[in-house]
Amino acid sequence: MLEHYLSLFVKSVFIENMALAFFLGMCTFIAVSKRVETAVGLGIAVVVVQTITLPMNNLIYHNVLKEGALAAIGLGNLDLTFLGLITYIGVIAAMVQILEMALDKYVPKLYNALGIFLPLITVNCAILGGSLFMVERDYIFSESVVFGLGSGTGFAVAIIALAGVREKMKYSNVPAGLRGLGITFITVGLMAIAFMLFSGIQL
Amino acid sequence: MKKYKSILLDPIFNNNPIALQILGICSALAVTSKLETSIVMSIAVIFVLTLSNFSVSLIRKHIPGSIRILVEMTIIASLVIIADQLIKAFVYDISKQLSVYVGLIITNCIIMGRAEAFALQNPPGMSVLDGIGNGLGYTFVLLFVGFFRELFGAGKLLGYTIFQLNTEGGWYNPNGLFLLSPSAFIIIGLLIWGIRTWKPSQVEEA
Repeated sequence: MLEHYLSLFVKSVFIENMALAFFLGMCTFIAVSKRVETAVGLGIAVVVVQTITLPMNNLIYHNVLKEGALAAIGLGNLDLTFLGLITYIGVIAAMVQILEMALDKYVPKLYNALGIFLPLITVNCAILGGSLFMVERDYIFSESVVFGLGSGTGFAVAIIALAGVREKMKYSNVPAGLRGLGITFITVGLMAIAFMLFSGIQL
Repeated sequence: MKKYKSILLDPIFNNNPIALQILGICSALAVTSKLETSIVMSIAVIFVLTLSNFSVSLIRKHIPGSIRILVEMTIIASLVIIADQLIKAFVYDISKQLSVYVGLIITNCIIMGRAEAFALQNPPGMSVLDGIGNGLGYTFVLLFVGFFRELFGAGKLLGYTIFQLNTEGGWYNPNGLFLLSPSAFIIIGLLIWGIRTWKPSQVEEA
């Protein structure tokens, strides 16, 4: 049983990396990876939000939206899955807001460190994508916790690595047209090839 | 008249949402392994983007500033649900291939970005044009990437054989890398290089 969860974790960090294998959260991934320091902040925020929202959405999906989930109150054949998208994004936006207020009150240090990144996470596709993958693959609650932690960590690892590369790249002489966005895309492409080496690893 | 034309056509090359504004990249990369999925995705994005710009612009004077993100999100999410259901109803096979990426149009920054940057300040007619224009800019990049990935990765276009594969007795040895995710990054990187060589004003300062 433990092996199953361990393998799911490793798979979601490396093999099915949110950023480099599924291209999720790309806008922030490219826009916020200029410096390692900010990348670390964003990475931590993503891990926290992902680990909280995925299990939340999992509970909502299995207990409210799924076909037959409301049988207990006499709505046995009600299928609300089409409301999924709007529900998940609502949960994510609400969670981010609550988390922001809670951090501000109890851990102001972390709140200041995360700064602007926390609200930005609402529109980060890696978070919504995680919830949609969770539904598509029919994860149970405990699996969704592990998947949330793993996919968040994977995103953090990828963005910190990219920020490291981009900091070094300041010293290189890049052709004019490729400067900035262009060379970043190509760097990410090469990183994605490197991450593909993990595929096929079985625990 | 000239103003309207520039609103419609500027986002295609001069101010492309993907190549210059860094908006909406996620889905642009993930769905482009085939031309067919790229086309369906582009149509879905143009649909959502135009209607969301229109709706946001219609009620822009009644939205309180503090909850505007929530209002925009609700409009966008409802439109995406419609698009998702339509795709499921009419092209079910493609909806399976697009997997979660149709739903992810909600968090596609192009839509949110244009609602914030354009529709909130401009009347509905112009917002519709802006929506179509940015949708076309997005479509251009998607079709460009999808074209090369399907052609070199599988030797086909829209499912019709263009290069006869050597497994079927032809001459072309398909390059599997083009079907995998990293190739999309590299093609877009090169596309940006091309656009910026053509229009040097877009080059970033190092």
